[in-house]
Amino acid sequence: MKTVRVIPRLDIKGPNLVKGIRLEGLRVLGKPEVFAKYYYENGADELFCMDVVASLYERNSLHDIISRIAKEVHIPMTVGGGLRTLEDIRAALRAGADKVAINTAAIKRSEFITEAANAFGASTILVAIEAIRQPDGRYLAFTDNGREHTGLEVIQWAKRVEELGAGEIVITSVDREGTGEGYDVQLTREVSAAVKIPVIAHGGAGSPNDVSDVVSIASADAVCVASILHYGIITSDIDKSEFLTEGNTEFLTSGRAYKKIVPSKLSDIKHHLVGKGIECRV
Amino acid sequence: MMSKRIIIVDYQLGNLFSINNAMQKIGAPAEISSSPEAIASSDALIIPGVGAFGDAMNNMKRLGILEPIQKSVQSGRPLLGICLGLQLLLSESEEFGIHPGLGIIPGRVRRFPNKIARQKVKVPHVGWNRIRVKDSGTAKRGFKLSDQYDGQFMYFVHSFYTDACDPADVVTETDYAGMPFCSSAARGNVFGCQFHPEKSGPVGLRMLKEWSDSL
Repeated sequence: MKTVRVIPRLDIKGPNLVKGIRLEGLRVLGKPEVFAKYYYENGADELFCMDVVASLYERNSLHDIISRIAKEVHIPMTVGGGLRTLEDIRAALRAGADKVAINTAAIKRSEFITEAANAFGASTILVAIEAIRQPDGRYLAFTDNGREHTGLEVIQWAKRVEELGAGEIVITSVDREGTGEGYDVQLTREVSAAVKIPVIAHGGAGSPNDVSDVVSIASADAVCVASILHYGIITSDIDKSEFLTEGNTEFLTSGRAYKKIVPSKLSDIKHHLVGKGIECRV
Repeated sequence: MMSKRIIIVDYQLGNLFSINNAMQKIGAPAEISSSPEAIASSDALIIPGVGAFGDAMNNMKRLGILEPIQKSVQSGRPLLGICLGLQLLLSESEEFGIHPGLGIIPGRVRRFPNKIARQKVKVPHVGWNRIRVKDSGTAKRGFKLSDQYDGQFMYFVHSFYTDACDPADVVTETDYAGMPFCSSAARGNVFGCQFHPEKSGPVGLRMLKEWSDSL
């Protein structure tokens, strides 16, 4: 039986951990490295750090954050956002990433996937696919946080990505991301059935039940979770002073959560999975 | 006690930072080096691993470090191979053609099949999986993996696995898609694991600590 990975996703903007809804409207939560260490100590199976603005002039600050996380966190870490060249990937790995996620650069020039897989090993290269469901039921791939249309059909693109040598696919439902309405199970199931490489479901987890659904119905190999864990910290009674960044402390200390999100701990999610007969590391 | 000089062998493939960070964390700092002299004068070696088998052997040849590594092992100094570092210890690999390895542990490195008993198998094997301790290792001295690791989760990322010829060399086994494979092997002073202890959280760090304490 496969062991499902529960992967906290950290969206990073400048020095801050942020969280949006449908990849938009980013709200500052706190220090990414403190959240990362907390999740590591509480049973995260991997971490997924995404530079959500991916502006080149802030790249050094991302690398500093990654290096600080890598010193304290001894589980695999994937870094994504704005990686366009082999040199960008090398720099992310040198900062302490174990794997990288690419999206836009892969869509612009699909051979980049093969070049990256050859240079760093297939298992180091994840391709991120941002999917938006169309009125006719098809899923199309987008870039730039769901803003740029590519015309690519998600399932075809997923198959192509596998052929080109990607090690894993992380499939984001832009429609669900940050909403707490649950993963897009149909989308994940279609992608998972189309490829032989592992598929990571992302976008929409509002409760531990959403996590078990996407694993048992859609055969996801791993899940990214963000809001439910972040809000789990915000609404808990642990001392949050360490988590805070300069300014923008209002949300973290407010104790408020979005109404569709059930604030959860990693252990809540994992015990729920085990209760559903799904193997995971506890 | 004098601290031992541990070299993380840099054969110019993949990420050495994780293992380096982990060794620092457990209080056994190591040096990253690709120098034949450093390898020859070290007390223990770590061969980490990400990348392709053939490239790794070619790089080691080019760097002139194959012989120092073999001499170090023959002289009885400990070696820890991780992931590809375990695979390189075997006689040969099927990755992109047949390539000879270091030949310290007899056996062959094979690819996971895409189907086992008609079930689709995801390759690479990525994620956490349990190890079953078969044997505490045949080493007369040096590192023994204790029974406390039996059933523990470790982190794996690989498409190829080691098929060791001598069952006595197999220290742990792991099931993937219903197929048991050798997830760590040892012979004498040499220990290799397919999983990444440096990425396996506190349990993996504890294993590295015990290995460094055994030096």
